[in-house]
Amino acid sequence: MAEFLQLTIYGIVAGSIFSLGAIGLSLVYGILRFPHFAHGDLITLGAYFTLLPVSILGAPPELSFFFGVAATMVVAVAVDQILYRRLRKVAPVILLIASVGVALILRSLVQLFWGAGNQYYSQGIDMPWRLSGVNVKPDHLLIVAGAVILVVLLHLFLQKTKTGKAMRAMSDNADLAQVTGIEVNKVIIWTWVIGGGMAAAAGIFLGLDTRLHPVMGWRILLPVFAAAILGGIGRPYGAIVGGLIIGLAQEYSTVILSPPYKPAVAFALMVIMLIFKPTGLFAGRKA
Amino acid sequence: MSLLQVDQIRGGYGDVDILNGVDIRVEPGEIVAIIGPNGAGKSTVMKAVFGLVKVREGSITYRDKEIANLRPDQIVRQGLCYVPQEKNVFPTLTVEENLEMGAFIRNDDFSQDLEKVYELFPALYEKRRQPAGALSGGQRQMVAMGRALMLNPGLILLDEPTAGLAPAIVDLIFQNINKVNGLGVSIMMVEQNAKQALRMCHRGYVLTTGRNRHHDTGENLLNNREVAEMFLGG
Ligand SMILES: Nc1ncnc2c1ncn2[C@@H]1O[C@H](COP(=O)(O)OP(=O)(O)OP(=O)(O)O)[C@@H](O)[C@H]1O
Ligand SMILES: [Mg+2]
Repeated sequence: MAEFLQLTIYGIVAGSIFSLGAIGLSLVYGILRFPHFAHGDLITLGAYFTLLPVSILGAPPELSFFFGVAATMVVAVAVDQILYRRLRKVAPVILLIASVGVALILRSLVQLFWGAGNQYYSQGIDMPWRLSGVNVKPDHLLIVAGAVILVVLLHLFLQKTKTGKAMRAMSDNADLAQVTGIEVNKVIIWTWVIGGGMAAAAGIFLGLDTRLHPVMGWRILLPVFAAAILGGIGRPYGAIVGGLIIGLAQEYSTVILSPPYKPAVAFALMVIMLIFKPTGLFAGRKA
Repeated sequence: MSLLQVDQIRGGYGDVDILNGVDIRVEPGEIVAIIGPNGAGKSTVMKAVFGLVKVREGSITYRDKEIANLRPDQIVRQGLCYVPQEKNVFPTLTVEENLEMGAFIRNDDFSQDLEKVYELFPALYEKRRQPAGALSGGQRQMVAMGRALMLNPGLILLDEPTAGLAPAIVDLIFQNINKVNGLGVSIMMVEQNAKQALRMCHRGYVLTTGRNRHHDTGENLLNNREVAEMFLGG
């Protein structure tokens, strides 16, 4: 029982991180109709940007969080406006390939500036609390609470603000959004602001939970994609549920499989979903 | 001065011209119908007016201002609205959110215009919290028209507002178009139900292969033998 609870906690923590990554992936797919392969490296970038105030000014990671998120938003918007924007009129597969290129560039830049080794936000050990045989680290609480707050903010943005509604409208039907007078490029910029910000948060939480490494984001891209697909790609709310399912499934699988197979579990779930219900658990999105 | 003046436009998708010199004008307060066979370029004319199809030659003026090849959001700002042929609501947005999107470019309070649309289409008020995709075809058409009205436009372009609807609903839609026109909004519509459209319009245009074929009052077109043979079933 204690083991099950322990795995559930790990699963929710991992799931929160996957969800945050998958939200951005799903939003971008809904608006621009291409799978953004550089999303993992935005995750990495968010984690490393947060390191700057920590290592230079000795600021606590909790505060540097905001710097990391903001800086990643700027990079996401810049990459879009400088590169992706020029490719919008051509086939989505070109955007996909371009995003693989961006992924490699971002990763190399991270290695160039911060080196290829592991880095940590803080040196000390985050002492876990033991509650009836279950370990909970303070960072775990921070991660889950942070993810919940971000998801609530996203919900308020999508449901209550004019730009959020326009984003949903554009995801429904981009051509109609355009003739309705919605400024399409403005909505696209907001999509990158939110997608990039959520990715950065995912990276920072991942770095807090484990360590920083130039391929940390690339490595979780598979479960993040699996989460987005499970939730029905293009549907940010589905991505949240998808992330939790993938996170929990990966942890529970360690009861019977050795932990290095975790990504295989995500991959298997993704493939099963694509075979039996390609529209995702919360179906309805047209191709 | 005409409200909308389309003058000898040529243009199309890619390198092929679909429109080979089309003239259309809409006067303030008018309903203008455009009819013609499938593929004649009726939808393309509307897209050209709305900046969705490149206009290579000719001019399009709205209230004497050249609007050819402007971006759609710039055209909306001139007071022109467009309801496309199909997929003309945002299915996952509620009815009310659909209407709000119509007012996207406005920064002032538009609650009065929302009221006005609900007064015009009471059925929408009851369904205002439902996703538009769950509505019937006729109601979706009302949402689309209501969304256009949120801007107090001078002219609405309607592309086949009655396509695929049951005859009883078709009548309702035509009544609604008359109601909207009664508010002082000019209408330019493409219609397959040619007879009904010509009966209710002030003037009509017949297009074939991207050219003007006939242009007259609705009544005269109804009585024109050639038009009758071509489109009105003899
Ligand atoms: N997006 C497009 N790309 C290329 N060609 C197109 C496109 N849309 C329409 N066409 C072509 O342009 C021509 C005119 O099409 P248009 O849709 O304007 O006809 P229409 O008069 O509205 O016909 P319908 O009654 O079927 O709606 C047709 O030959 C069509 O094949
Ligand atoms: Mg058409």
